[in-house]
Amino acid sequence: MLWIAIRMLTGDAQKFYGLLFGIGFSTLLITQQMTIFINLIERGASGVFNAPEAQVWVMDPVSRTTDVSFPMPATALDKVRSVEGVEWAVPHLRAAANVRTKEGDLEGVAVIGVDDATLIGLPKRMVAGDKTVLFAPDSVVIDDVGTTRLFSDGGQALGERLELNDQRAVIRGIADAIPSFTSQVVLYTRYSNALNYVPGTRNRMTFVLAGVREGESPQAVAARIEKETGLKAQTHDEFARAGINFIIENTGIPTNFGITVFLGFVVGVAIVGLTFSLFLRDNIKQFGALKAIGVTNGKIVQMVAVQAGLVGLIGYALGVVGTVLFLKAFGGNPFFKGFYIPWQIPLISLAAVVVILAITGFIAIRSVLKTEPAAVFR
Amino acid sequence: MNAAGSIVGTRAIGGCDPEAAICARGIVRDFEAGQSTIRVLHGIDCDIRPGEMTYIVGESGSGKTTLISIMCGILYPTAGEVRVFGTDIYKLSDSDLVRFRLHNIGFIFQQYNLIPSIDAAANAAVPLIAQGVPREEARERAKVLLERLNIGDQADKLPRQLSGGQQQRVAIARALVHAPRLVVCDEPTAALDASSGRRVMDLLREVAIAPDRACIIVTHDNRIFDLADRIIALEDGRITHDGTAMPDDH
Ligand SMILES: Nc1ncnc2c1ncn2[C@@H]1O[C@H](COP(=O)(O)OP(=O)(O)OP(=O)(O)O)[C@@H](O)[C@H]1O
Ligand SMILES: [Mg+2]
Repeated sequence: MLWIAIRMLTGDAQKFYGLLFGIGFSTLLITQQMTIFINLIERGASGVFNAPEAQVWVMDPVSRTTDVSFPMPATALDKVRSVEGVEWAVPHLRAAANVRTKEGDLEGVAVIGVDDATLIGLPKRMVAGDKTVLFAPDSVVIDDVGTTRLFSDGGQALGERLELNDQRAVIRGIADAIPSFTSQVVLYTRYSNALNYVPGTRNRMTFVLAGVREGESPQAVAARIEKETGLKAQTHDEFARAGINFIIENTGIPTNFGITVFLGFVVGVAIVGLTFSLFLRDNIKQFGALKAIGVTNGKIVQMVAVQAGLVGLIGYALGVVGTVLFLKAFGGNPFFKGFYIPWQIPLISLAAVVVILAITGFIAIRSVLKTEPAAVFR
Repeated sequence: MNAAGSIVGTRAIGGCDPEAAICARGIVRDFEAGQSTIRVLHGIDCDIRPGEMTYIVGESGSGKTTLISIMCGILYPTAGEVRVFGTDIYKLSDSDLVRFRLHNIGFIFQQYNLIPSIDAAANAAVPLIAQGVPREEARERAKVLLERLNIGDQADKLPRQLSGGQQQRVAIARALVHAPRLVVCDEPTAALDASSGRRVMDLLREVAIAPDRACIIVTHDNRIFDLADRIIALEDGRITHDGTAMPDDH
């Protein structure tokens, strides 16, 4: 009988494709929008992800994220170094600056000063050039997405000279970095260089990055730093979380994406519900005949469930594949750099598909179950 | 079914011929029509014998379809009892009644109600498939019947590729494929011209009548009355005639 159910469904090509479209479209909308949403808010933590060596971030108590921060006096570095369990600690500077390009355009950039000796604070990988290029005078490393922004005409970035806050800077490397939420151009340079580029207030060290001794947990060390220095200390994960939360709390993004995801769900319910009801109604005579002949209601429910399941499975697969293709197609676009689909998202959209089919199947099947077998003689 | 049930049944249904295919006693059926209740059948008693083609005739609205639906187990009577080959069918549980129909009754619907997306053989095989017979075996058995109905060469066609008459033969094959002991048929000739109507009824006589099988046909097509073994006439929910031929005033 289940074979017959499938044939009934696929035999009605128009409705079959309508159902596939409905489920596929919903899945695509939900999966794709949630993927963009997650990746976008994770960019709030890009500053943390781009400095993977730092196990603990130490900052002024009022600082909230890598970009919303208040500088500390230089003495903070020694204070942190003296805390038990701290293996190493380096200064880290983040500040805004202006760049005048060769063409004369002005672009706001983020200047990041990494430790002079260890270069801790640089992203893990380089796209071009070696990390050691930073040891050269006036040397800066630009982030890869930043090059597309600063050199939109596709010009060569390496070796390019910039006027950074009226001082000379030469791009000698390109870092493979996760773009920030605003995709602002980021220039990495040594800490001592950064102090020159960024006009002086008294305190300019925005963070101290620290590593913990073997056998110590970052949480414990962070807690100890807070207690002994009066500064704020967060682990890599905590600080990443703080960056993400900042985006969630301070932008309309969750609402906007939430609405789109909800609309995807509603569109799914509407298209699938209507088409499925129409499909069952078109076949109500056949179902009535089957009931008269001797097919139980339980079996009818199974038939409809198989029909829903088939549509759901294929439609869902199409939607997920569509999302993957979408990300593939736009993978070259810097906006989508590093986008990935967290494994939870396909599960969530699968759950949405199941709910859509359960709701619509339940509504649609009632008419079939209510059909009296005697109705076939009418 | 069970022994106790059959004793009770025998007591309750007086004068039931043990050979009867269907024994209906005191069948009453009411329909709700808004606030009021309409009584469509007023205590019908009737026996249907196997090996015969029984017609149920009467004017539109006289209750023919209601009666046949009750006799074949797809409509509960308001009162009364129906035994089909000794089984008091409305004493069965819902699921047992469904199973009883699946194994004992063949239906020919006026609108055929074939499944559009499966071929003729598969349509004819539906009762077997529903019984759990493997699909290929069911198809083969259905094809044998389609051969007998002279549409063996149409077995692989979809219903919409068949003429109306061919579709009806598929429907007849579906009603007979599982060798049911009772075949019911509502207005089989209503949509057909006189000669095709006769052909279908001849065909039905040929393939549906068997010594241990009863065949009930509802019709008001007086062109085919002469093909009946027995005619039961209904008028306003009561039997007004029961005999081998139709009285002249009809
Ligand atoms: N489900 C129902 N609900 C309400 N009334 C019904 C229902 N089924 C039948 N009736 C009524 O019962 C009466 C008998 O109907 P039935 O279908 O048995 O007549 P019939 O003899 O088969 O007529 P026809 O020759 O037109 O098919 C009619 O008056 C009809 O309106
Ligand atoms: Mg009728």
